[in-house]
Formats: sequence, C-alpha cells, structure tokens
Amino acid sequence: MKINLNWLRDYVDIRVGVKELINLLTMGGLEVEAATQTGQGLEKIVVAEIQSIRNHPNADRLSLVEAKTHQEKFSIVCGATNIREGQKVPLALVGAKLPSGIEIKRSKIRGEASEGMLCSEIELGLGQEASGIMILDPDASLGVSLGEALGLADTILDISITPNRPDWLCVIGVAREIAALTDQRLKYPSLSLSDAGSEIHQKTSVTLLDPDLCPRYVARMIEGVKIGPSPHWMRNRLEKVGIRSINNVVDVTNYVMMEYGQPLHAFDFELLEEGRIVVRRARKGEAFITLDGVKRVLDEEMLMICDGVKPVAVAGVMGGLNSEIRAETRTVLLESAYFHPMNNRRTSKKLGFETEASYRFGRGIDYGGCLNAANRAASMIQELTGGRVAEGAVDAYPKPIRPNPIPLSITSVNRILGTEISTKQIRAYLKNLELDVREEGEERLSVTPPSFRGDLEREIDLIEEVARLDGYEKIPLTLPKGPPSSEEMSRELILERKAKDLLIQHGYYEVVTYSFTAPLSLNGLSLSPDDPRRQCLPILNPLTADSSVLRTSLIPGLMETARYNLSHKNVNLRIFELKKVYLPAEGERLPKEVKYLTGLAMGMDGEIHWASSVRQVDFYDVKGCIKDLFEFLQVKGITFDRTEDIPYLHPGKSSKILLGEEVLGVLGEVHPEALGHYEIPGKAYLFEIDFDRMAKNAVEERKFRPLPKFPAVHRDLSLVVEDHLEAEKVEEAIRLLEQPFIDEINLFDVYQGAPVPQGKKSVSYRIRYQASDRTLTDDEVNQYHEKVISRLREIFKAELRG
Amino acid sequence: MKEELEKIREECQASLALAKTEPEISEIRVRVLGRKGSLTQLLKRLGTLPEAERKEIGRRANEIKEDLEARVEEGLRRIQEQERTESLERERIDVTLPGRRMVLGRRHPLTQTLDEIIHIFSRLGFEVVEGPEVELDYYNFEALNIPKGHPAREMQATFFISEDVVLRTHTSPVQVRTMEKKRPPVRVICPGAVYRCDSDPTHSPMFHQVEGLLVDRGITFSDLKGVLSVFVQQMFGRGTQLRFRPSFFPFTEPSAEIDIECFICGGKGCGVCSNTGWLEILGSGMVDPAVYRFVGYDPEEVTGFAFGMGIERIAMLKYGINDIRLFFTNDLRFLKQF
Repeated sequence: MKINLNWLRDYVDIRVGVKELINLLTMGGLEVEAATQTGQGLEKIVVAEIQSIRNHPNADRLSLVEAKTHQEKFSIVCGATNIREGQKVPLALVGAKLPSGIEIKRSKIRGEASEGMLCSEIELGLGQEASGIMILDPDASLGVSLGEALGLADTILDISITPNRPDWLCVIGVAREIAALTDQRLKYPSLSLSDAGSEIHQKTSVTLLDPDLCPRYVARMIEGVKIGPSPHWMRNRLEKVGIRSINNVVDVTNYVMMEYGQPLHAFDFELLEEGRIVVRRARKGEAFITLDGVKRVLDEEMLMICDGVKPVAVAGVMGGLNSEIRAETRTVLLESAYFHPMNNRRTSKKLGFETEASYRFGRGIDYGGCLNAANRAASMIQELTGGRVAEGAVDAYPKPIRPNPIPLSITSVNRILGTEISTKQIRAYLKNLELDVREEGEERLSVTPPSFRGDLEREIDLIEEVARLDGYEKIPLTLPKGPPSSEEMSRELILERKAKDLLIQHGYYEVVTYSFTAPLSLNGLSLSPDDPRRQCLPILNPLTADSSVLRTSLIPGLMETARYNLSHKNVNLRIFELKKVYLPAEGERLPKEVKYLTGLAMGMDGEIHWASSVRQVDFYDVKGCIKDLFEFLQVKGITFDRTEDIPYLHPGKSSKILLGEEVLGVLGEVHPEALGHYEIPGKAYLFEIDFDRMAKNAVEERKFRPLPKFPAVHRDLSLVVEDHLEAEKVEEAIRLLEQPFIDEINLFDVYQGAPVPQGKKSVSYRIRYQASDRTLTDDEVNQYHEKVISRLREIFKAELRG
Repeated sequence: MKEELEKIREECQASLALAKTEPEISEIRVRVLGRKGSLTQLLKRLGTLPEAERKEIGRRANEIKEDLEARVEEGLRRIQEQERTESLERERIDVTLPGRRMVLGRRHPLTQTLDEIIHIFSRLGFEVVEGPEVELDYYNFEALNIPKGHPAREMQATFFISEDVVLRTHTSPVQVRTMEKKRPPVRVICPGAVYRCDSDPTHSPMFHQVEGLLVDRGITFSDLKGVLSVFVQQMFGRGTQLRFRPSFFPFTEPSAEIDIECFICGGKGCGVCSNTGWLEILGSGMVDPAVYRFVGYDPEEVTGFAFGMGIERIAMLKYGINDIRLFFTNDLRFLKQF
C-alpha cells in the first residue's frame, strides 16, 4: 500500500528522518518496501502572476505575456488560451529542467524574446491536464517554488501489509501505529458536521434482509451537490497513494477510504427506484452490470445492494452502472457499511476481481467506525460540492458487535518470549494501541480490543503485540536447553547422500528437473498401454500445458536435459537425478511418491588429452558404475540379466538389475527410436533404479574382515567358447564348483578373431587362490586349478587356449 | 720396499683421480687392493722384513691401504652421484603440459546449499525428516490454521490436484505430520520441493524449502532468536548483521521475518536488496497454539518455534545467481561452477 508522509503528518508528529521512520515501521511489522521522494526538480519553477497578455505580432496563435514574481518581471511567449490577467501560474525560469528532460533556455520565438515558460500540469509531471496552463491558488505566494506552493515535496512509502492487519490499510491506521511506537496520542480529524438539510428518514430507508452478511449499514444523504473536479490538493493526495481522480464526490469516498480504511459508495439518489436501499442475497443466475461495464452473473451467496426494485451494487465489491454518480447528479446517497469478510472475499473471488473496497472488506474493516467515516465524507462532500447534508443518518445495526475481553497473564507473556517485561510496561504498550486494559488482580489483565482490531482474539495475539512494541531486538538470545534429536537423519537420506557421492566420483553431475511435465513427455518411451507410468496425475490449474501432469518417470527430464546440453555443445554428458516420481494409488487420495535414481551417459569418457586417448562411453561404463554403487551401499547379491522387454532400451544392449527375483532397476543403451523422439543424436546409456527398494536392501553394518596373513596365488586360464555364451555363466560355473580357496575371479580378456575360429570367442580369467591358515603350495593350487579347467571344458565344451 | 709402497700409493691415487666410470675404479681396486693386487701382495711380503723395519713399513702400508680404500669409496660415490645427476637431467619433462584429470561430477548447487544447512542444524541437534509433496489440503492449510477462505491462502498461489489435494506450497505440513507421529521433544528440519503457480526470474513454480520445528517444555522466543542467529552466523559468516522483524504467518505467533544485512552493498542499499540494505532470508515464529490443537499437544505444557527458508534464495544470494530458472535448466557450464 502506498502512503505519503504529508498525509500522515495530519494525524501524528513525525519527528524522525525518513530513514529512521522506515526502520521504525519495518521493525514494528509494517515492512516498507520502497520510499520515493516526490516534488524534486521543481526548484526553478516558481509562482508568478500574469500582469498583461498581448497578441504576438508575428503569430496568430501565440501571445506575449508579462508575468512577475515577488521581485522580477519576465516576458514570455505562450500558446495557451486559458490564461487571464491576475492569475497565478507556474513559471519555469531559464535553467529549469522539466520532468520530460526539456531545459528552459532564453530564446526568441518568431522574433519575440521569451524568458521562461508557463507550464501545464502534464509538462510538470503533476497530472494529465494538457489543454492549458495550470492555474494556481490565488493565495499562493509569488516567487516561491512550485514544490513548496503545492506541498509536493513529499515521501511516498510503499508498505507491505500482512493479511492479519487490515486496520493498517489506511492513513490513520499507520499513523496510529507510529503514535504507539513513539508514545504519542493520535490526532483524529474533526468530525463536526452541520447537517441542516432535510431529515434523512423522510427521504429514504435501509432494509437489511440478510444481516448475517451485512451486520451494519450506515447511509447519509447530501442534496444539491454540484459535480466537478476535485481541488488540486485532493487530487494530489489521491494520486500519490495510487488512486485516479474521478470527480469531487467519488474522490471524497476514496479519500475517506484511504483515511479511515472504510470503503464508501456514493449512489445517485435519483436513480434509486423507490428511493430506498434493500440489502439482500442475489438470486441464482441474476445478472448485473458493474461500473466497469461488465455483465456479472450472480449466485445466492453473493450479497447485493438493491433499491426498491433492482440491484444497484455488488455489496463491498463494486457499484453498478445504473446508479453511478453522473455529471448531473444532484443528490448523493452515501453508503458506509460493514460486510461479512469471508462472504465478501468469496464473492470477489468468484467474480474474479478485487477492488480497493473488496480488498478491505475481505480482510475485515472497523465495524465501529462506519458512522464516523460517513460523517467525515458527508462533511467533505458538502464542502467541496456546495451541497447540504441531510439531517441525521440511517444506521441499520440490528445487533451491535461488542469485542470480547481477553484475559492476559503476565507470566505467559514472559514464558513465551523469554523476557522479564513488567506489568506496568505491558499495560502501557497495550494502552498505546488504544486497547482497553483492566487489572484483574496480581499478574493478570483483562484486555478489550477496539472495533478496528478484529485480529485480537486470544492471549497469544496480545503477547505478539507486547513483543512488537517492546521491540524484537530487545528480546535476548538464548539456546534451547532440551536434548538433541537422537538421530541425524534417516537411513534413506544417508544412503541418498552416499549414492550421490559415488556417482559424482564416477563423473556424474547431479541435475534437478521439474516434477511436472507435459502429458506427452512419456511418448518417447513407447510404454505399453497398460504400463502404470502412463497414469500421470494431472494438475487442475497448470501454468502451461507443458507442465500439466506430475511425472511418473525421471527419464523424460533427463532426456530434455541432455538435449538442452547437446544443443549448447556440452557433448560429454554424465548426469543423474535422484528425486521422486508420483504414482497414482488405487483408492488412495494421495499418490505414492517413490524416489528413483536415474542417470544418463553419452559422449567420450573424458576430455581429449595430449597423453591419453579417449573413447566413447558404452554399456560397460554404466554397468561398472552401478556395480560400484551397489557395492558401496552394500546391496549384496545383485545380478544383471539380459532383457528385451524395456521398450526404451536397445533390445540387445539392456539388462535388468536383479536382487534374487526382485527387479531393482534396468540399464542399457537408449533405444534409437527413443533418442529420435527426444531429438538426441548419437548413442546414450541409461540406468534407472528404484531407490527406495534398493535402500531397503542395503546393509547398514560394515564388518571388518581380517587381512590374509599368507600370500595368495594367481592362476590364469583362457577358454575358447561359443561366442553367444554369456560371460557371467562361466564365472557362475566356477563358483558353483565350490572349490576351496578360490577368493576372486577376474575376467581380464575377451577376444574374437584369428586364430580363434569363427563363431567362437576366447575368454581369459585370473583366479586368485587364498587360504587363511597357510601358504598354498604350487602342487595344491595346480590340483584345484586343473579341476576348474576340466569342469569348464566339460560344461561349455570349451577348448583350453595357449 | 718403502719406495715401492709409495709408488703404489702415488700411482693408485693418480689413476683414481683420473677414473671416470665405475668399471675403471673397480679395475683399480682389483689391481691394487684385490686379493692379487699390488698392495695386498706387498703386505704379504712384510714378514720378510726385519722387525724394526717391518713395524714402520707395516704401519705405513696400513695407513695407505685405508687411505686408498677410502678414495675408492669416495670415487665410486662421486661417479654415482654424477651419473644420477646426468640421468636426472636427461629425464627432465615439461611441467607446463596439462596433467591427467579425473572426470568428477558435482552435486547440484541446491544440494550443496541444502547439505550446508543440514550440517549446521545437525550440530544444533535437529534431525532431518521428509514428507509428501502431493499433500492433503488438511496438512498444507487447515491444520496450519489456514482455514478455507483465509486471506493467507492467497499469499500462496496453489496448484490443485483435486479439491482437497494440492501440491504442497511450503514444507510446513511436515511439521504437522511430525507432531502427529511423535510426542515432544521434537527437533526436526524438513527439506524438500514445494510448488506455487508463479514463474519469473525470481519465482519458480517448483522450488525448495527447509522447514524447522522445535517443540519442548519451556521453549521461548529468545530460543528462536538464539538458534537462528547461530544459523545465520554459520551460513553467512561470523559477524553477519541480522534483524528479527515482526511479520505474519497463520501458524506462528509471534511471527518474525529474519533479514541479514545486504552483503552486496554492505547495507547501503542496492538493486539486490531493493535499496533497503537488508535481505529477507527466513520466516519464523512461535508455533501458534491453534496448531497444537490439531496434533493434540497441550500449549500450556509445551511451546516451540518453527522456521522456513527457500533454498534457491539462499543459493542465489550466496553464489550471486540472478535467475532462478538456471537451477532447473541444468546447463553443464552452470553445474560445473559449484
């Protein structure tokens, strides 16, 4: 909310500088987001009086003006036609710089000297009026700067008001806070009013058919008004707080709203049929054209202000075209009401727009202040429009609202805040906020909030007020005494960290992509129609269609990331994401959120280097990484099993990651079709692991295995086998022999080509034999090794090579 | 014999001085000091000399032997040293050629920032817990004292899955879920993704928060100030100026926003801090008694505080990142910088 200091000064003394004031407000809970100085740069524009106007000898549309300040005379060439002798006008002297950037120079216009320029509002940046020179108040002192003459030198604060404090949405509300924070009394505006017009009850009435939604409705009437523009000072104030000037009546309603926080509405009384007000719920489907010319369709929960026949306003949101103030309006009916906040908010939400009025009603206004605001506005309208205020006011207020007293224990205050604030001090703080404070024995107060503090209902609300006024900065710093939590983090989170660490060591970068995606993003995966991943949870109100469902797989995000990077020449990619996917669960309101660990590798295995060679990454890079991962996390006994069933993986280059029968994940080369879909050139390798399931199988404990005391013995063997034989089968066979002392088996060579016959391949293993209690003799080892060789020959019909 | 002895000495010394290689020295040693060497032979003949002469020449011969042995050793050492020097010289390389680098990945900057936050709160005795991102309206709003129609709902533009299921707009629902499961004392932080319908250089529809909650007997607002001051000093450096400023959250009261002095301009005011000199980094407050009602805690018995912060915001401030979307584009050139 915008608010200017000059206006605030009407109600409270501001004895500190702007910077300190900003700090005071901010530390009081009114966060000042920006402060703007106005009226600067108008120093060389002064008040001058027009002495004479003559026609320009060489130009029909120009005149020669003589103007004087308190000590000098100036000749000016001017094109405006609205000026008269004796008027006071703004004169920009030579050297003045206008807001548009124009600098005034001594010049000759069609042969006549001009020593300055008379300015219009628009030229001065003070308004939109461009048709003529700005005419100043006859009382303005000659020669003073325009900024001073118009009270333009001001500071506008932009304050962010929290939703619990609607009472701060007005100048008096903020002034009241400044008064409380600086220990002053607020100076309320005078509410004296001469209502000598006709008696209002003779003229109109207010009927509340739905007092639950409109507990109070005050009406006042002003007759004989003359609609016209507002005076400059009012337009100036409204503009500074961001409100456009309309006419003298509407401007007053806005002015008083900004002053008191009470939204007001002015009806043209002559347009109200039967000359009365009826407040009722709308009928379902009832239509109504609001002031902005838009036709609104209403429902039974919306409150309407009606005349004797038809709706004339959506209560507390916007008036109607059918009863607005017109140039010819003579009699004004002024509404100052209190509407049910929640209902008002719903109406404004359903209609899809918010006004200054609904913003305030929706948060709750001062129900005790309706009459004061009406009186203030009526008196101002009377003054500005030459009308007469009708005698009396209609105040429909069937069940006056009385705030409940709140008990406050001084012990509670200090128990919650960790302070030692005295009863006396607490009482003073609360009184400064205009709360009614009574002592109820030792250490107990009974506090009744005023009608504008609807936010104060409980003891804790009062404790906050005490903390605020005492100053948060005065509360000491302590550390809690209780015990720390027994655990630092869950097992899953520890495993998550470990997994990330390992992947990073393998050269993978962690990425974070959006949890929502396009419904079609999965298309590239060619999933079968019954694949559960096709059931993405839709968002009802997505920002874009491309982000309208929750992901069921991390793969599309990785593919997108890869595509982006490739197009930016980041070609050697190893990326992973460890995040959730969201799988709708039958019969559950919330989906299952499952963490997946998914990675992608493509390009070369390193940067080109003068002394090393690089190669394309392949299946075995990814497989090795996954093997390391499972080993590091101690998921024991995993196996890799060839699969052709993963539609987005190359059928000849993909594998399941198994723990017994359980599938923990898959890895393989991405299917060329999937790559094509995501517009990724080349080859890419992928792994995808159900992280939660993997974590469940991770063994936390690490047990030390004593180091062998005796040396190990190595033996190599090379076999020529059928080329389609899976290598793991050989190793498995060796293990199944259950030979004692075989400690490690390493496949160190696979070879095809001469001299190995076609259709065959040679595989070479190094086996490590190790006994824990002695050094194995050569003879012993040879004996075991021979057994291995003969068994393998038998099983695989293998030839022993070289 | 005496002359002979001196001759051997002179000759041997001279050839040792000239010797340039290890074999040359070995040859000299064998020739003079070896089993059949000239000096050894001479010593063998000592017995043939008369007693007095034998004593004198014997002493002298041993002197010479020791001297020559030492010279041989010295010569060998000298040559080895020289050879090593030459070989080291030959092996010289260009140390300015690039070294071989391991290909290492990096944790995402958000993870790094979060890990740092977790580390600090772990030392303060907080445990890390997680909760669902697709959340019931009840946990995201109702149980946090934000009933339907409350204006605070409008502060958080919400993505809906259905009428009563939302993408959580903050990590605060984990507070409620934690208190439902556990009796006080509770000391947890809850990191995770949150969602709001907002998108521009400083707002992302998905971002991350860390929530904190401490509930126990006798917890005060001053404890909140103490814990969060420690956090700020550790996260942003000792001596970082901070302030606690009154604010409003429906689930805490009193509520406080925590600002740190803008480290870009040192508090003078700049574009980053919108000329205020302060940067908002944390929301916090004493848990509102209304929230305890939802989880069956007795506000007369326990008190506590909660806080929350945006990880992106902290990472952006810490690293000087100007566009939140960079975190989710995952350009390798971006990720490599952290």
